[in-house]
Amino acid sequence: MKELIARLVEAYGPSGNEEQVRALIQDEIKAHVDEARVDALGNLVALLKSDPDGQGKPPTRVMVAAHMDEIGIIVTHIDEKGFLRFAPIGGLTPLTLLGNRAVFANGVMGTFGMEKREILPTEKPKLDRMFLDIGTPDKESALKLVSVGDAAAFSRGFAQAGNRLLAKAMDDRIGCAILIQVVKTLKKNPNDIYFVFTVQEEVGCRGAVTSTYGVQPDLAIAVDATDTGDTPESRPMNVTLGKGPAIKVKDAGMLAHPAVRRLLVEAAKGLGIPYQLEVLEGGPTDAMVMQTSREGVPSGVVSIPCRYVHSPSEMVDYDDVTNAVKLLTKVLEDRVAI
Amino acid sequence: MLLQSLSEACGLSGNEAEVRNLILKEVQGLVDEHRIDSLGNLITLKRCSSTGAARPRRVMIAAHMDEVGLMVTHIEKSGHLRFSKVGGLDDRTLLSKVVLVGNDRVPGVIGAKPIHLLKEKERHQVVETDQMYIDIGTSSKEETERAVKRGDYVAFATRFSRLEGGLVKGKAFDDRAGCAALIELLRGRGSYPSDLYGVFTVQEEIGLRGARVAAYAVEPDYAFAFEGTVCDDLPKKKDLSPTTILGGGAAITLADRSFFADKRLVKLLVETAEKNGVPYQFKQPMVGATDAGRIHLAREGVPSVAVAVPCRYIHSPVNILSLSDFENLVRLMSLALVALPTLWPSP
Amino acid sequence: MEAKELLLKLAEASGISGYEDEPREILREELKAYSDEILVDPMGSLIAIKKGNRRRGEGREPHRIMLAGHLDEIGLMVTKIEKGYLRFAQVGGFDLRVLPGQEVVVHGTMPLPGVIGCRPPHLLTEEEREKVTPMDELFIDVGLDEKRAAELVQVGDLASINRQTISLKDDIVAGKAFDDRASVVAIVECFKHLATTMHAWDVYGVATVQEETGYLGAITSAFRLFPDLAIAIDVSHADMPGVPESETILLGKGPGIALGANIHPKIHERLVQTAKSLEIPFQIEPYPGSTSTDAWAIQVTREGIPTGLLDIPLRYMHTSVETLSVADVQRTGRLLASFIAGLEDKKFLEFEHASSISF
Repeated sequence: MKELIARLVEAYGPSGNEEQVRALIQDEIKAHVDEARVDALGNLVALLKSDPDGQGKPPTRVMVAAHMDEIGIIVTHIDEKGFLRFAPIGGLTPLTLLGNRAVFANGVMGTFGMEKREILPTEKPKLDRMFLDIGTPDKESALKLVSVGDAAAFSRGFAQAGNRLLAKAMDDRIGCAILIQVVKTLKKNPNDIYFVFTVQEEVGCRGAVTSTYGVQPDLAIAVDATDTGDTPESRPMNVTLGKGPAIKVKDAGMLAHPAVRRLLVEAAKGLGIPYQLEVLEGGPTDAMVMQTSREGVPSGVVSIPCRYVHSPSEMVDYDDVTNAVKLLTKVLEDRVAI
Repeated sequence: MLLQSLSEACGLSGNEAEVRNLILKEVQGLVDEHRIDSLGNLITLKRCSSTGAARPRRVMIAAHMDEVGLMVTHIEKSGHLRFSKVGGLDDRTLLSKVVLVGNDRVPGVIGAKPIHLLKEKERHQVVETDQMYIDIGTSSKEETERAVKRGDYVAFATRFSRLEGGLVKGKAFDDRAGCAALIELLRGRGSYPSDLYGVFTVQEEIGLRGARVAAYAVEPDYAFAFEGTVCDDLPKKKDLSPTTILGGGAAITLADRSFFADKRLVKLLVETAEKNGVPYQFKQPMVGATDAGRIHLAREGVPSVAVAVPCRYIHSPVNILSLSDFENLVRLMSLALVALPTLWPSP
Repeated sequence: MEAKELLLKLAEASGISGYEDEPREILREELKAYSDEILVDPMGSLIAIKKGNRRRGEGREPHRIMLAGHLDEIGLMVTKIEKGYLRFAQVGGFDLRVLPGQEVVVHGTMPLPGVIGCRPPHLLTEEEREKVTPMDELFIDVGLDEKRAAELVQVGDLASINRQTISLKDDIVAGKAFDDRASVVAIVECFKHLATTMHAWDVYGVATVQEETGYLGAITSAFRLFPDLAIAIDVSHADMPGVPESETILLGKGPGIALGANIHPKIHERLVQTAKSLEIPFQIEPYPGSTSTDAWAIQVTREGIPTGLLDIPLRYMHTSVETLSVADVQRTGRLLASFIAGLEDKKFLEFEHASSISF
């Protein structure tokens, strides 16, 4: 599974530009699902039909979702000297940019720079004072490589630190990897399962709005990365790396439906795997908009504890990942009832 | 001139009737059907030329009727009006302006303490809305209440006129320019190869609310939003984006705070413009939000793009636009609607 | 139950967003006598249906009106247990200034009384005394040691303010969660009146969930019902010292009838006419933008729903001493019932020049 994770996190896919990630996922799952379609916004919606139950009862429609997009930048202006000004895509922290590189869909690479670098040590950098340097001497040569509106993502390779995995875009390719692994692992399936790989989560959970409307699930679970409270002087939060997948109770966007939370907790207990309950000050996830779809969809979240979220080096624990796969597989292999 | 009457009409978010009635008069003979929904959106349909398909391709074009302005929240004993902003107005632009209060257009002024009485510190401070008031010339609450009610809308009393170089000035070009362009488009041809839903929306400025319900109702296959958009092409200290350039052609949005434009529709617009020599430009990404931000999320999703007329000083009492940009927007869209089926076979 | 009695009972029940079971059960009992059917949707909103008892005309389907008041209240949630003390987060938005010194109930495996402690002034620096204590320095003290606390409490457990409602002078009462149980009581009052009133429209009284955290119940129940007309009922800031008159309405002077983009102008007009004809005092309440109520969500549901909003005047919102006049609640109920009784066809909702052609 690590090899799959490495390929996913290294793929390019800032919000609105998820094509490469989608192609990769499509390739991975196509042999294992009954249908897969791409909707108007670019969400990949794959259906695994339920095994016949012999009694003709309509199967429960379960939606599990992870988002394909990652944070990044979008070019807003190319100046006469060939430097690129940009706006953030998603929640970008300026501090994480300096010294880092960004790459465009066509492979063009650049590094971040800042006006008046000499005052850096005393001042927090602001995005409007930063630019991307793609090595071009003037506007004309820059325009041959990129145009206004092009998006770039962090460029950073996958690495391991002990049992922990380090990469950019762990949020939420780790969710994508888990879903793919679940698709491949499922032995039986009493439910209609919609595996949905959404777009544009980082800019407002947009893909989940339209895909949930299309799928009309009876119950929905998002799989996403969450912050932790286990680093020196971090915020007081109960989630720790390596102590199991987190089952969301609440974040800034939603209260997880108690029935979904119970379903997940009971599955974890039944398996005897570690889990943690999560109350996050930040947020949201795709589940926020899934629950408001149509007449309402009971929704919950399986969160993967992740340090340094929205930086080029997000860290997850491999055991949390494999336990999340077990947890979701268990939930989906039983008939889901609300 | 159509743009003039649209610009001088008053229609703040939630009170678009005057603008709607004006538009309705213009489009009645140009469309096959129309209706007004429960929020006040004017939804028109111009049927497509060929009716071969069981369900003809549906294209929705939205332009919003509402403008930013003020609302009376309280009447002081002295007769002065306190107000709040409707939509995103800049406090710095409000002092010393003439306004029209209520549907009867009672004239008033936003007064300011004379410079003589200001403390040194105050001269450099922006006065906030809750410290401002409107004077309609009355001297008591009772007198004011004979002309004005709590909840009345307040619009700027800006007149439309032509400037040199094919420019015009007026108020509410965001988005009366879009409304005028949409009307021109409906006027331009007997029909287009798709069912064209020209939708004049309400409440864009307070959260893209009209477009949201209209798109749900229309269920379009593709959507375009027409806008009067930010233009910041005045001289700057740094080499930064002008957002759009006045006279630079129709401005295509690639992405803003509310949505990412559908790449296929952007391609359609760009190819159409290049092929026909219509000037166009890309708007600075991630600035502002448009009705497309809600339309693209309707039901199972709608491929959408926004195209705009650059307007200087929007969200202030007076705006400037270039008529050439306006004409280029109409021309580009007219051609693009014809080209759409060839580039993109049936949905 | 009398309005006041029901209000006090509902307000003292704990029903934090997402966990509205307790007030919902009280409400269900109370509404049984006045409803044809009561159901709870998958999100937890309670929907009480009162069918029209007068026909609009031969063979015509009855129109439907939705009344929405939210059932949830703001509260606290345990985020972490540290040495037996409980760290917590907000569910909805309390003003941080009102939390120190509050008594709470922690809903663990058993209800646990606790207090939100604060360090005594003697130990504070001058600087600390002048600033509001931030969330990460506030704890709930339930008097337990680490081990015992961990047995009885887990992350995600709720805590509510422990507040007995009190009667002030005349019909003025104070307590927690009047936002928005007062409106729920107004809906019950409306249903009571309707039991003895002829009305043509079917009435859907909805106690919505999770308004405080993003209108979830209003969004989903309005989608399900897609009524011909909807009226939300909520509370609005009443006059209090230090707040400008332009931002408030008066306590005890009748419901605020909202006006603005969120409100269908014809519903506003008709509510005003109804109040005038019944001689119910009312106040005009302009909203330049969002009303921040269920009405804001309901209006843009599906193809759009003509929406109105009534506001019950209330002081000290989002504290545990919210204060209101019971008469305003009763007036709101009576106004709603008369409005409903006067509804015939939907023509009055049409804007000028609306075409009759539909497509």
